[in-house]
Amino acid sequence: MYIIIVGGGEVGYHLAKVLLNDGHEVLILEQDASRSERLTDELGSIVVRGDGCEAATLQTCGSARADMLVAVTDDDARNLVACQVAKHRFNVPRTIARVTNPNNENIFKMLGVDVTVCSTQLILAHIEQELPSHPIIPLLKLRSGGLELIEAKIPHGSKVIGKKLRTFSLPKGSAVLLIISKDKGPQIPTPDTVVAAEDEVIAITQAENEEAIRVMLGSK
Amino acid sequence: MNVVIMGCSRVGAQLATMMDAEGHKVTIVDVDSFSFRKLPPTFNGTAIVGSGLDEEALKKAGIESANVFVAVTQGDNRNVMACQIAKHIYKVPKVVCRIYDPIREEMYRNLGLITVSPTKVVAKLLRDQI
Repeated sequence: MYIIIVGGGEVGYHLAKVLLNDGHEVLILEQDASRSERLTDELGSIVVRGDGCEAATLQTCGSARADMLVAVTDDDARNLVACQVAKHRFNVPRTIARVTNPNNENIFKMLGVDVTVCSTQLILAHIEQELPSHPIIPLLKLRSGGLELIEAKIPHGSKVIGKKLRTFSLPKGSAVLLIISKDKGPQIPTPDTVVAAEDEVIAITQAENEEAIRVMLGSK
Repeated sequence: MNVVIMGCSRVGAQLATMMDAEGHKVTIVDVDSFSFRKLPPTFNGTAIVGSGLDEEALKKAGIESANVFVAVTQGDNRNVMACQIAKHIYKVPKVVCRIYDPIREEMYRNLGLITVSPTKVVAKLLRDQI
């Protein structure tokens, strides 16, 4: 595949290395002179100095035959525009944008960016996982339907402890997929599975139901 | 009309002053409060510190009841993104965007934004003077 990477920062550099390793044809667009020189020294002549939002630059890079454009600068607006120019002017079939502000993910999708990756959200989720006080951790957003895979740890004093799964008032469209208990390890739950404190619950739900689940698992 | 202007550049300040004098309700947003010095003491509108890409700042600026949104920051990309948020999320009826790059200007015009490219306009004006 021919893949254009907009932004030769840390993310762009490491992404290029991985993609080259996989045998793809890669081109990096980087505006900064010294940065693009350094990238050329390291990766060879796959770096073009220029602004990935400018149609003229994308034209000289052969964007019309690109299979994918990935915009990974640290500027959300720039990533959006690079993807839109690629899509609307050069018909690049697939565009991926890095997003810094989590609020921008929906906007990007509405405006035609195929995939968004929110680094802030990923970092937050990983840190939250380490915080004992935070009961719900979003693990993965599924591409369609607004569904989200979440992990919840049953806190001590929760009102669901000792209760069967069938008695849970789960929000509509949610399902418990796996329960990892301290003693018994992972188990596929049945409606009769009883929940204990510190059990980890993997569930699927609509993103907006997170709060309802938090309340349901809360203390008495 | 309720007008929200993003970017208190020379152009932004001038436009805000003009529309304010015409009796419109003007709110101008800029990330740097120092830019508001360009507004005259007679300016009756509201000046808000914040980014036009930030939902909270936009709501504070009254985007939900705006009739017109104009983006005139120095960055084409920022202008384009803010205008698309105003148009598609807040359904502002009239959205006007400054885009220096003529190629991007044409593309976003085709995508439904009202666009002005100072590069094209000024070059034409200069040519007419020669």
